[in-house]
Amino acid sequence: MLNATGIDKRYGAVTVLEGVQLHLRAGEVHALMGQNGAGKSTLIKILTGVVAPNAGTLALDGQAIAPESPLASQHLGISTVYQEVNLCPNLTVAENIFAGRYPRRGWPGLKAIDGPRMLRETRALLARLHLAIDPTRTLGSLPVAVQQLVAIARALSVDAKVLILDEPTSSLDDSEVESLFTVLRGLRDSGLAILFVTHFLDQVYAIADRITVLRNGRFVGEWTPAQLPAPALVAAMVGRDIALASAETVDAEAPAKQVALEGSAPRLSLRDFGAQRRLHPLSLDLHDGEVVGVAGLLGSGRTELARLMFGLDAADSGTLLVKGQPVRFTHPAQAVRLGLAFCPEERKADGIVGELSVRENIVLALQARAGLWPCIRPAKQRELAQRYIELLGIRAADSDMPIALLSGGNQQKALLARWLATSPRVLILDEPTRGVDVAAKQELMNEVMRLAREGMSVLFISSEIDEVLRISDRIVVMRDRRKAGELPRGASEAQVMDMICEPAA
Amino acid sequence: MTTHDMSTPAPLPAKQTPPPPPPPDSIWLRAARHPLIWPLATLALILAVNASLNPGLWHLQWRDGHLYGSLIDIVNRAAPLAVVALGLTLVIATRGIDISVGAVVAISGAVAALMMGNAVAVINGALVHPSRFPLALVVLAALAAGGLCGAWNGLLVARAGLQPIIATLIMMLAGRGAAQLLTGGQILSISYPPYFVFGSGFFLGLPVAALIALAVWGGMTLMLERSALGLFIRAIGINPRAARVAGVRARTITICVYAFCGLCAGIAGVIVSSNVKSADGNNAGLLMELDAILAVTIGGTLLTGGRFSLAGTVIGALIIQTLTSTIYAIGVPPEINLVVKAVVVFAVMLLQSAEFRRQLRAIAFRGEPR
Repeated sequence: MLNATGIDKRYGAVTVLEGVQLHLRAGEVHALMGQNGAGKSTLIKILTGVVAPNAGTLALDGQAIAPESPLASQHLGISTVYQEVNLCPNLTVAENIFAGRYPRRGWPGLKAIDGPRMLRETRALLARLHLAIDPTRTLGSLPVAVQQLVAIARALSVDAKVLILDEPTSSLDDSEVESLFTVLRGLRDSGLAILFVTHFLDQVYAIADRITVLRNGRFVGEWTPAQLPAPALVAAMVGRDIALASAETVDAEAPAKQVALEGSAPRLSLRDFGAQRRLHPLSLDLHDGEVVGVAGLLGSGRTELARLMFGLDAADSGTLLVKGQPVRFTHPAQAVRLGLAFCPEERKADGIVGELSVRENIVLALQARAGLWPCIRPAKQRELAQRYIELLGIRAADSDMPIALLSGGNQQKALLARWLATSPRVLILDEPTRGVDVAAKQELMNEVMRLAREGMSVLFISSEIDEVLRISDRIVVMRDRRKAGELPRGASEAQVMDMICEPAA
Repeated sequence: MTTHDMSTPAPLPAKQTPPPPPPPDSIWLRAARHPLIWPLATLALILAVNASLNPGLWHLQWRDGHLYGSLIDIVNRAAPLAVVALGLTLVIATRGIDISVGAVVAISGAVAALMMGNAVAVINGALVHPSRFPLALVVLAALAAGGLCGAWNGLLVARAGLQPIIATLIMMLAGRGAAQLLTGGQILSISYPPYFVFGSGFFLGLPVAALIALAVWGGMTLMLERSALGLFIRAIGINPRAARVAGVRARTITICVYAFCGLCAGIAGVIVSSNVKSADGNNAGLLMELDAILAVTIGGTLLTGGRFSLAGTVIGALIIQTLTSTIYAIGVPPEINLVVKAVVVFAVMLLQSAEFRRQLRAIAFRGEPR
């Protein structure tokens, strides 16, 4: 249905895509795979007319096309949902879905928006997708996952032949992913061609009929899932065989470590720590060199816990002790001074400072802790940035480029670098691997384990249970904004799932 | 056409190795990309127009140990605007705005005039104009009044969470009212001679007002170069939430920036009231906030925060003052004065818009292969 062949794209001297091809067929879900920076996003931008290729052809139903803008490609029947929700949070769900093409009524030249009709059509659309969302709610008042579903509903509301989904599942939990897949299967069977970009291997095998892999801007191959088992897929993406570390192989000395940990005084303790409407009081200890995983669904209180610990929100009950000393944070700066660091979940809103350079983003926390004076000299800044760019393998042309131009995974690494530069004692990571490719994920986790071996305490929050299991010395399970329980290292995924799902007594 | 025509270079020798090193950008190319090039070009253009109509523009002379001339006059008159605009630059860089600076200029002048009083005394048979308080205290009080107004703005913005334009709109109205209250709706004359030094005095042959502006500019540049303030202000302007998570004291810095902007308006108030030897609660600094915003914008600072240029602001203030002087020099009738100014400002802003220049180029080079 949609064929792209021989696509080249250069930004200045940098070649991003070279001779890439992609063939989408009607009635198929096609997975586009590749590491961060492999060129997936650029290819999508070309398909949707955001940028023009330097060479190559696009054809839709055999007709050559050259969409000049996202609007033009939408008119051609190519609809897209981007990785990060880009709708207007201040408008209602219905207004977002119809933004730019509101149904009208009245006389020519004096047309009012047909509100009732818009609501009616929105309800019908949401019902088709089995979404129970009130169309009159403002989008910003809904959780990110629901916003993502609204974005998909918007993409489907135009008569699309081709639907492109750029990491639509990165902020969805399992049940939401399943309901999305049900919708996608229905759409596929109605003859839509669907392009699906994701980092989750299991989702590829759950839904894709065909897989195209890109690596470093080149086309690696096209397969059916049956031809390409998971290890082969990873090898194709990475170009080398990475060992996906499993829980058994990580630490032989784990039991000894556990004993040592329990003997030491905790670095950070929570005692009946909580806040009204955010988090039911809970207690928790973090020892030096310990990785404590936090598992739980979206909205289970994971992020609230992190924000309260870091002083971003005010706790109103219990105490927080750092090295046995009770402290009360009213501003993150106080937490930073005592050696805490926090990589937030919403990278774009709370993490990166988009138009500042990679270098300035990396030194920001260190400089903030040092205060206005003394200023870290530019030469020193560059050296520091360069060190972390190499240490974490951040793919940036140079440290002076704006961080907004990096891919998601590299932004995440730069944020980690920002905090590592402050040599923290306690590192809180909220969904650090979201939107990050397999190899980078593994690198991030290896880095976290290395830091823990050097004595850092890590609170690792993730909705991917296997990750939490693999990395943690202890697992805290959250449910309904309270601590459901703790599990030791070596717990099984089923145990965690049971604890997450257990109905509140 | 000369033989030195560089537009069609000779073909390169064929022996060059396949990956040629990227050509080093010529100094002209780099200059053309410098963000200050357009404001500077604008200033040069307006000066050229002025000079063609007023041949005496470049004429500087040394008289009675002072430097005189039209250029010095322009610089001197631009000084209060430059000081106000410099303070405003930092506020705008945090994605804020302060439209109360004009009113604060009036308050500061009024405070200074009240502190001095307008007494006449006869000492040893000579007529003298004493001041109620020492000069240092007078100036300090005027500056403190400005700083306090600014700090109040900052508190409303950073603590109470008001939108900057609303918070400072309150101060714009209330401040103008306070200035009128202080002066009793009258124009208070200032007769204490030592105070006149700020507006019309000379130091080492140079006008004091211009030197004050230079000192403010220099001090701010030094502060921004040597400390991390510039980085923090830009981070706050681009993404205040992320800045806070990174441990930047965003609120404190915001309040300080507004307070500093008020202080700058206070300094300008002293210069203005000293220059006209009176404090006018109704008209001092009237609409100055708009000129200041214009100066900041012409200088290349983004109203959306995150990018700012102090040098650009100074050039912007000079552009506006030169424009005003030129309009007077050409002899434009007063009634169409503002219209002419608006047209010129419109042209300047269009020229500075990268988008507009791109469209111009597209029209100019239409049909030619790229």
